[in-house]
Amino acid sequence: MGRKEAQRRKDGARTSKTTLLDQLNAWLQHHRLSAADSLVRVLDNPGSSLLTWLVIGTALALPVGLNVALDNVSKVSTGWESPAQISLFLQNGVADDRAKQLLAELSAREDVRETRFISREEALDEFRDLSGFADVLANLDENPLPDLILVTPKPTLDEPAVSALRAALEQNADVAEAVLDMAWLQRLNSLMELSRRVVLAVGGLLVVGVLLILGNTIRLAIESRRDEILIVKLVGGSNGFVRRPFLYTGLWYGVGGGVLAALLVSAALWYLEEPIGELAMLYESAFYLTGLGIMGALNLIILGGILGLAGAWLAVSRHLVHIEPQ
Amino acid sequence: MRCVKSASTLIAKNWFSLTGHSGAGKSTLLRLLMLMERPTRGQVIVDGQDLAAVRSRAIPKHRRNIGVVFQNHQLLFDRTVFDNVALPLIIGGYEHREIGRRVRAALDKVGLLNREGAMPIALSGGEQQRVGIARAVVGKPKILLADEPTGNLDPNLSAEVMNLFEQFNQVGVTVLIASHDLVLISRLHHRIITLRQGCLVSGNSQ
Repeated sequence: MGRKEAQRRKDGARTSKTTLLDQLNAWLQHHRLSAADSLVRVLDNPGSSLLTWLVIGTALALPVGLNVALDNVSKVSTGWESPAQISLFLQNGVADDRAKQLLAELSAREDVRETRFISREEALDEFRDLSGFADVLANLDENPLPDLILVTPKPTLDEPAVSALRAALEQNADVAEAVLDMAWLQRLNSLMELSRRVVLAVGGLLVVGVLLILGNTIRLAIESRRDEILIVKLVGGSNGFVRRPFLYTGLWYGVGGGVLAALLVSAALWYLEEPIGELAMLYESAFYLTGLGIMGALNLIILGGILGLAGAWLAVSRHLVHIEPQ
Repeated sequence: MRCVKSASTLIAKNWFSLTGHSGAGKSTLLRLLMLMERPTRGQVIVDGQDLAAVRSRAIPKHRRNIGVVFQNHQLLFDRTVFDNVALPLIIGGYEHREIGRRVRAALDKVGLLNREGAMPIALSGGEQQRVGIARAVVGKPKILLADEPTGNLDPNLSAEVMNLFEQFNQVGVTVLIASHDLVLISRLHHRIITLRQGCLVSGNSQ
């Protein structure tokens, strides 16, 4: 029996010799095992896992949602029809012929895309219809409004060029005043810039929060499996081997949180879609909400996964080394 | 830290019974062999390798070459008997089929082949100990350490467990058993090392 056993041992020793390819396969196999095992563990505790996912999901959804909102606002401000429209108020007493001639001159300019003449009569009619001051206007002896030419510069013109165009147009003797209504747009833009920074700062803080929450969750998972870790280390499990399931646990928490965040943002947008549609209709705008999109949602899930891994890594590197068999 | 003041060099393919009162340094010696502790002085040489030269990163690899049977079994209670025994092989990166084959061989050896799907909690103390033994030998280590392997077992079971160790020793595994049960180990007619307060009292030479 001794010889037979010895032969078996020799066979065993031969098969236990591992090539590099075997090692790689073993490594991949353990990754698969750890990933599946940690996923099962996460799903086995639906209550606490859902809570973790919700915490991560809301923390991610807040800055991402705000960012989507800002994207929509900036879409509004850039999509605004002729944001840099120049209003040319003509001098009183400019003849219609002269106005028509001016209009033609302006239309011929290379830096002008479009012109529109609004005669003082048209302006008065419009004003009467829209303002509700019909009675007051009826009592006026003469029309107080000047003729107006709306000039839309070429969209390729940048801000200083549009300002220069305004100044040039004001030089014209027939033009009483040229008004470029861009100040509000500049204000809006700087407000947007400010908001973006606020969102970025809030997002940064929340990301740190998510990392800490994940780190703590993984720390608790490590504590609850302390005995197992000790045993694995006793029978020769390397640090990487012990670390792997916890990293995957972090990954699953993060990915789940990312999915929930994407769902939360989508739900919020869906909730806002109808009133915003109505509002847009009242403004006679074809505006519609832009959501996260597939890529946005994917990015969010990937971000969640990365945060999950990072948080788990924090916890693992801090706590796992201290668990050594005594 | 207690200190094992002197110990002999271990040579492969042999059997040692390590005895002495509690606190004599039996466990410390085992812990030194497992690199759970580093010696303050002197050398520990296992299978020709000076353990002082084994860096912390290489400790897992060193432990994989040693099978250990613990007094309190140290089983994973949320895994089946099969998974418990398979643990060293999974760590060692064995291929799936090879793991199944070896685990069943080891379980067969300790007479628990029909319990592979059971949870350790459903097993008796003796059976749990045998699962621990199967796990220790499944990776075919050169050295088998056992710390009070019969501590919680009745005399019959203890004899059975010792018999198992004898079988492993016969196929070339160096067996080192730490036990205070002098009656049991002297019945085996193997070399006995007695420690007292960390000193080698007897058994230095064969």
